[in-house]
Order: sequence, then structure tokens, then C-alpha cells
Amino acid sequence: MIPDLGKYAVAVLSSYGLSVAMIVGLVLLSYVQGRRVKRQLADVEARQGKTDG
Amino acid sequence: MSIWEYANPKKFMQTSAWALPWVAGLAAVSLGVGLVWGFFLTPDDYKQGSTVKIIFLHVPSAMMAINAWVMMLVASLIWLIRRHHVSALAAKAAAPVGLTFTAIALVTGAFWGQPMWGTWWAWDPRLTAFLILALFYLGYIALWEAVENPDTAADLTAVLCMVGSVFAVLSRYAVKFWNQGLHQDSTIMKVGEKDPIAPAYYLPLIVCIAGFVLLFVALVLARTRTEIRARRLQALLARERLA
Repeated sequence: MIPDLGKYAVAVLSSYGLSVAMIVGLVLLSYVQGRRVKRQLADVEARQGKTDG
Repeated sequence: MSIWEYANPKKFMQTSAWALPWVAGLAAVSLGVGLVWGFFLTPDDYKQGSTVKIIFLHVPSAMMAINAWVMMLVASLIWLIRRHHVSALAAKAAAPVGLTFTAIALVTGAFWGQPMWGTWWAWDPRLTAFLILALFYLGYIALWEAVENPDTAADLTAVLCMVGSVFAVLSRYAVKFWNQGLHQDSTIMKVGEKDPIAPAYYLPLIVCIAGFVLLFVALVLARTRTEIRARRLQALLARERLA
């Protein structure tokens, strides 16, 4: 249950909402980029007969 | 064993593969506990009301925005002096994380400042230095993208990082250098002194700071691994084109 934030509810909830959104966005972006590059590298290594170091 | 072993990409990949799940897990637990504790279980401040809960995001993010730049500076100096590619790639990997923390600090600062100071923004020394630091982050990331040769990009961004360090230092110490402006000096280091932060806020704040530090380390490890793979991918593709 959300605590009673009184007249500052918008400021507090906006701060938490935007901050969590930015952190989650960065984590997801980093994860997706990592997966994509790892897959591309694996494809090229398989094509060239090499293994990841 | 020497710390320079980790300059070897293979050693870095092996060690970070083992460490990353632990660091990421600890970051999630620390942030979860700290933010839930801070948001749900701390009382309103007698002056600031519920806006005091913003401290659990604002202070750790601002602290890490500056420390991320310091880490980038150290990594850049290692690149310039010892030419270890992993250090240059770690600096590159840290920049978006630092920029995100800077954005969080600026946004939460505005939401805290409006009800307490009566304004979203003021050209206060600390706020201004922080805004310039955010612009340096953007410039640093843009420079990495703009230069095609990765070693040249690492050289140029390392120099930019050294210049931007002036504003990272000013962001932290502007309140002491210029005794003016709206932003107060730090209170979390004043435990035992006059006007310290109350324990009800101090303890969850420490947990949140630990969470942000661990999140930064986890993201930098993960993103550096991606940068190392991307560099190897580019090298293999270049070799393929020449063959």
C-alpha cells in the first residue's frame, strides 16, 4: 500500500517512477545489446571456425 | 597475481562471467531493500514532508554520476599510459551508465527543488556544474560514435574525459568553493557532527548507495563484455573482408 504522501505525492511518485523507468531501460538496453553482439560474434566465429576467447 | 592480468580480454571475460551474476544479484537485492525501506518505512520530515523520500534516489545517483566519471578517468589514464584495450572499453561502457545516473540526479533534483525551493532549476554552482557534467557525458558518447578508428576514438575520448573531470570535481565541491546558491552541502558524512542526517534516513540511504554502486559495477561489467565481443566481431569481419 502506498504511504500517504500528502501534497507532495506528485513530486515523490514522479521521481520514483521516472528513476525506475530509466534504470530498467538501461538494464534492458544493455541486456539486448549484449545478446545481439554475442549472437553475431558466435555466427561469425562459427563461419570462420573460431571459438570465443 | 597482478591487477594487470585483467587487462587481458580473455582473463577479463572469464572473471567477469563468474562475478557478474553475483554482483547483479546483490545490486537487485540492495536496491530493492533500500528503496522499499526508504519509500514505505521512513517517516515524513518535519520540514520537507514526504519529499524527503526523494533522497534515496537523488543522493546515490548524484554520487555515482560523479564516481562513474572518476572511474572513466582512471580507465582512460590506464589506456593512455599502458595501452590496455580493456580499460578503454570499460571507460566507454561506463559512460551511458554515468549519463543515466546524472539524468536521474537532475530529474529527482528538479522534483525535489520545486516544492522546497519554489523552482525546478536555478543557476546554482553545484547544479550548473552537474548540468555541464551531463553535457560532457553526451559529448563523450558522441565522440566514441563519431570516430571510426577505435584506438583514435579511445585517445580522443580519454582527453575529453580529463577535461570533463574538472566539472566532476566541481559537481562535488562547488558548494565548498562558492558559498552561495540553493543547494546545501552534504550531510551524510556529518554523522556525529552538528545537524547530521537522522538515523531513520541514514540507514536506508546507505543501503541505496550500496545498491547504486553494485548496479554500476554490474552494468559496467556487462557492457564491457559486450564491447570486448563487439571489438572481436569487428576484427573478424575486417579479416573476412581482406581474405
